[in-house]
Amino acid sequence: MIEVKGIYFTYPTGVEALKGVSLTIGDGEFVAVMGQNGAGKTTLVKHFNGLLKPAKGEVLVDGVSTRDVSVAKLARKVGFVFQNPDHQLFSETVEEEIAFALRNFGFDETTIEKRVTWALNLLDLTEYRKTSPFMLSGGERKRVALASILAWNPNVVILDEPTIGQDHRQKENLRQFIVQLNGQGKTVVVVTHDVEFVAECNPRVVLMTEGKVVADGEAKKILTDTTLTLTASIVPPQITQIFLGLKDLGLPFDVIDVSEARRILLDYLEGAKH
Amino acid sequence: MSVFEGFRFRHATSPIHRLDPRVKFIYVLAMFIVTLIFTQFLPLVVLFFLQVPFVFVARVRREWLRSLRGALFLVIMIFVFNFGFSYLYQNYTTVASLLEYSLAMALRFLVLVESFSVFFLTTSPDHLSLALEQSRVPYEFTFAFTTAVRFVPVLAEEAQTIMDAQKARGLELERGNFLKRVRNYIPILIPLIVSAIRRSLELAEAMESRAWGATSKRTNLYVLKMKLGDLVLLFSSILLVAIGVYVYYFVPIPPLSRFLPPLPF
Repeated sequence: MIEVKGIYFTYPTGVEALKGVSLTIGDGEFVAVMGQNGAGKTTLVKHFNGLLKPAKGEVLVDGVSTRDVSVAKLARKVGFVFQNPDHQLFSETVEEEIAFALRNFGFDETTIEKRVTWALNLLDLTEYRKTSPFMLSGGERKRVALASILAWNPNVVILDEPTIGQDHRQKENLRQFIVQLNGQGKTVVVVTHDVEFVAECNPRVVLMTEGKVVADGEAKKILTDTTLTLTASIVPPQITQIFLGLKDLGLPFDVIDVSEARRILLDYLEGAKH
Repeated sequence: MSVFEGFRFRHATSPIHRLDPRVKFIYVLAMFIVTLIFTQFLPLVVLFFLQVPFVFVARVRREWLRSLRGALFLVIMIFVFNFGFSYLYQNYTTVASLLEYSLAMALRFLVLVESFSVFFLTTSPDHLSLALEQSRVPYEFTFAFTTAVRFVPVLAEEAQTIMDAQKARGLELERGNFLKRVRNYIPILIPLIVSAIRRSLELAEAMESRAWGATSKRTNLYVLKMKLGDLVLLFSSILLVAIGVYVYYFVPIPPLSRFLPPLPF
């Protein structure tokens, strides 16, 4: 469980990134942190594994304050996948890249071998085992980065902008993968602007603006609230926009799911026929 | 990173910011020469305070203080090494004179940091390249120079992100003996270098697609011209070197101990 208690954070440059954020993320939850650029999303999640320490307030991970333990120790529980895989890849082979964190955490060689094979298989990278990560495509590099985190099986997985630069199919794979991870009982935190992606995943949404949480709740509620989306500079999902435009027909407009939308429209058309 | 913050230019306007960068560079050079002439404490104190008005006129007091604070560690090291080694090798007459010499060496470094800090804090990279260009340095070099300056903060930020990313994978930079600690930096340096190379290639492509180097003779929108203030600073700099040389050869500089009560040892 991650408990964030009234935290403030200011960067050395003087930018006040967080102004009193409180939040609790329970075990096994699936949370999307959303908001415009510079809202403090990444700053907030960097507090979850102790990369940043709050200036005021505190962050508890399973009851332990992030001030009291090292990042390396917290990382064992909280895996953080950075936005740009190029910021972490450095090894000669994909295999070594995935083993890096496992060595840091002191796993023995047989376990490392097992975990690496498992992670490669999980992300469909087995054929690249001996390839240099620098030779892979952008999407593949992103998968290597993800595999290198999942290999040590952290309880919490944080993904910073996982959908940027991914084509539709990769995004869909990613979505299924995240849902699957969450289904296995892992806590998943996704930082993103991608409204359509969030609409398809339907997680709990934490909406941030200017260093504060302005809304926290079901995706369905938040993404269809036009005042909220406007303050956070995000656009409601396209399907919601259609329903907002059809308000006059007496249709509900808190719809984010495409198949639900289809059902409502079919019902309406059925009704109109009679 | 706080040391670099004390040298990073921020856009502002003040009489110092508006000075011709070439003259400012000459001033830094003059300061450099005079500072290196002296090994005594008193003239260095004078040189240190001589520059304080610049800081106030340019309104960069906070950044300047930051650069001094950043240099403090090295200043202390310089003091300790000078004192320690001269003491070990018996290379001194009295303890008071040794103390003064070590202090002067430390202060000398501080004066140098101060003058470079003032220069970089008040001279924009664009201005600097303009100065180089109009001193007939080939444009390729000035461009490489400004690009390097321009990318330092970007690189510093990137290094921070990479460090965070590797720490999140359990890397502990402070762990192990000296060799291990150096090796700990490999996972940071490789991504940093790779991305710097990748970025420079992208930059080169972007520049070529914008017709970089299409004309062999470039003209500038702004042309540097010496104004009265520039001339004043230029002559002051020359005067400073002249006075420095004169004092060095002809004026006996009293040791600090003459103004202070004698040391108890």
